Amino acid sequence: MEFSWDLVINAIVTGIVLGGFYAAVAIGVTIAFGMLDIVNIAHPAFMIAGAYLAFLGWEDFGFDPFVSMAVFAPCGYLFGRAFYRAYHYFFERRGDESLQGLAFFFGILFIVEIGVVLVFGVDYRSISEPYLESSVSVGFVSVPWRMLVPFLVGLGMLGSVHLYLSRTFTGRTILAVSQDVEAVRLIGANPIRAKEIAFGIAVATAIIAGVLLIIIQPVEPSITREYIGRAFAICVLGGIASIPGTLVASLILGVAEALTTTFYGPSWSPAVSFGLLLLTLIFRPVGIFGR
Amino acid sequence: MTANILEATGITKRFDGFAALTSVDFALLKGERVGLIGPNGSGKSTFVNCITGILAPDEGSITFDANDITKTPAWLRARRGLARTYQIPRPFRGMTIQENIEVPLRFAVGHKSARVISEAAQVILDEVGLGEKADLSPKGLTQVELRKLELGRALAARPKVLIADEVMAGLSESEVDEILALLNRLNAEGISILLIEHIMRAVMLFSQRIVVIVAGCKIADGLPDDVMQQEEVERAYLGE
Amino acid sequence: MAATVLLGPYVSEYYYLATYTILQFIVLGTAWNILGGYGGYVNFGTAGFFAIGCYTTIVLNKIFPMPLFFEMLAAAVTAGLVGLGTGYLTLRLRGVFFSIATLALAIVLQTLVVNWSFVGGARGVYVIRPPISGVLMAFFGFFVPNGISYVQFLVVLMVALTMFAVLAAWAVEKSWIGIGLAAIRDDESAAETSGVPSLRLKLIATTMSGAIMGMAGAPFPYYVTYVDPATAFGLAIAVNSIAMPLVGGTATWWGPVVGAILLGSAQQILTVTISSAANLFIVGVLLVVFLTAAPRGVVGIVRSWKRGRK
Repeated sequence: MEFSWDLVINAIVTGIVLGGFYAAVAIGVTIAFGMLDIVNIAHPAFMIAGAYLAFLGWEDFGFDPFVSMAVFAPCGYLFGRAFYRAYHYFFERRGDESLQGLAFFFGILFIVEIGVVLVFGVDYRSISEPYLESSVSVGFVSVPWRMLVPFLVGLGMLGSVHLYLSRTFTGRTILAVSQDVEAVRLIGANPIRAKEIAFGIAVATAIIAGVLLIIIQPVEPSITREYIGRAFAICVLGGIASIPGTLVASLILGVAEALTTTFYGPSWSPAVSFGLLLLTLIFRPVGIFGR
Repeated sequence: MTANILEATGITKRFDGFAALTSVDFALLKGERVGLIGPNGSGKSTFVNCITGILAPDEGSITFDANDITKTPAWLRARRGLARTYQIPRPFRGMTIQENIEVPLRFAVGHKSARVISEAAQVILDEVGLGEKADLSPKGLTQVELRKLELGRALAARPKVLIADEVMAGLSESEVDEILALLNRLNAEGISILLIEHIMRAVMLFSQRIVVIVAGCKIADGLPDDVMQQEEVERAYLGE
Repeated sequence: MAATVLLGPYVSEYYYLATYTILQFIVLGTAWNILGGYGGYVNFGTAGFFAIGCYTTIVLNKIFPMPLFFEMLAAAVTAGLVGLGTGYLTLRLRGVFFSIATLALAIVLQTLVVNWSFVGGARGVYVIRPPISGVLMAFFGFFVPNGISYVQFLVVLMVALTMFAVLAAWAVEKSWIGIGLAAIRDDESAAETSGVPSLRLKLIATTMSGAIMGMAGAPFPYYVTYVDPATAFGLAIAVNSIAMPLVGGTATWWGPVVGAILLGSAQQILTVTISSAANLFIVGVLLVVFLTAAPRGVVGIVRSWKRGRK
């Protein structure tokens, strides 16, 4: 593949835009895993569920994706809260072995992925809206709205979560829990309830990310596993519990993948996120903004 | 110099900019009983973690029995005879109490025969007063019994130095006396003991020398009566 | 083993195929459990190690055909080294990072294979079964006058491997390695300060586990005669190698065996009656159900029952 600056710049821009979307994917993991120590490897499963819900909404009810977000994200929030309650009751309380908790999330991931296969089959599904079909062009760089929308929503989500966590009482309780559970109890707040709300938010973000996913590209069930790598690579690289870190790491990953795809072809891109994750774990496990 | 069984020089440990320990010097003579006191959060546990190898200090060196162990991994320090208990007891919950004791017998001391290990474990259980509970799970133990299990496990490593980290916290007066008696017995058998405690009565009774750490720095080191009369120590404990 | 061979001419080929699959899962589940059940470190990348075994055979077969036994040894060494390497790099971090790293490893390996045309890339590769060596044919000739088919040979081989794997797990469990791993699983820091060399033991477990998984993968290309990355790295391997020990019980060597026989047989029956995706779905559901309701698995149920009777 011949080298040309046009290609590189296009790749970088694509990567940045993609990175915004990836931030939306990873923020849920940053909250659940980074801040609350819940190893939710099933996060991409919630995301893919969101994507297929958006598809159902579009196909059966004519929902615009934003309508789907408005409808399904709150459902995701409530479901996430209930789910965390069950998880806490059966696994966190036991305290014995994190082996079981980890295997549990793996089981959930698996069930959701196969469930989607059983219900929707392995064919690609996609949605389209007229306003998504065009692109924005600046000079020789052109970005389709299909990608720009998720980029903007992703940034918006990151900003909202950051504001929520730093400005509201519940949000700050969540941040406090992430640092010192005992201290939270001492000041009379309920750490379990905070974790429950936080997990609900994490699942809601996953649902939104899923809707964004089906905006960007057609989906099929096995995509789920690619996103485990992306979500955790970003979380770890960004510093586990840091929201600015999530953003920076998402952009890095986006650009790295875009460049790899441009010069080496798309069949290498799943390896980029996992490779980046392995490298981070080996050389700087605390991540960029981590302690 | 050679009478020191344990020496720590210039220990400094930082957590992300926060200095938990700053240039702490410490020495323990063979057979000595030393008490380590200080307010909560002053760095005592961090210090213990550095000495036992769970944490690596940013600066400083540690010598045990005339060998430099600064880079030695924790398990090897245990094998050499440096044992500790944990503030919050950490038993092996999937094993019986006897099996808990057998772990250090097998790994720190290096016994191979199952029969020898079992007999030695029973001796230790009797010594700490848990003989009857050998086949039970640690899940049903009371606080005092858990502390005894911690001590039993530390003992099983046939230590030269035993670090007892807040082993009496939350116990009743008679329970404190029980543990004190046990520690004195162990000391009489030749084990040097570093006692980290908040219960001043116990510390004063037990220690030949007291070291005080406040905010990561050692501010006093000497005879119990002398140390407790020092101004800085009184100030640190105002309200304690 | 004798029974398998003797029944040879009388039982349809289907039962041999089913037996092979179940035996393979006993090996994979047992290997997984050495690190997972005994040590508490969850390996999500079983498929990666299994595939290393497959592709070692494929590569060696293409370059220089040799008896399967040597290919299995090569697979064991390769997979073992990869296990050692992964462990060395990540076992000093929290257990959860090791788990994520094993997942990453499996995907990275799959991507490498997909892009490697020598082994067929994404399209896969056909493998020709080599003849059974003369010595072995003569050996089996003692028992079965008509000789045995290749599939029967593979089943016998698998039986031998299964016995080896279970024996290895039993030996580890009862030895100082097993006791040390149990201490590490319960509380790693307390284990260290009790003299347990935790990194060393974890590396031993990871290497052994990986090597046995590789050995399970080595005969697979000859069993299926066509291998593509989607199968070798497949979800079925990944989820079964975790579900079977957890359903059977991770505390002791016979847990994974029971789990593999139960789940494996169930899947064989279900695949015949409904689709294979549906039967994997049921495996997933069973995994979650057991984790929630019976976390100690069948082993736990049996032990509680025994205690209740006393």
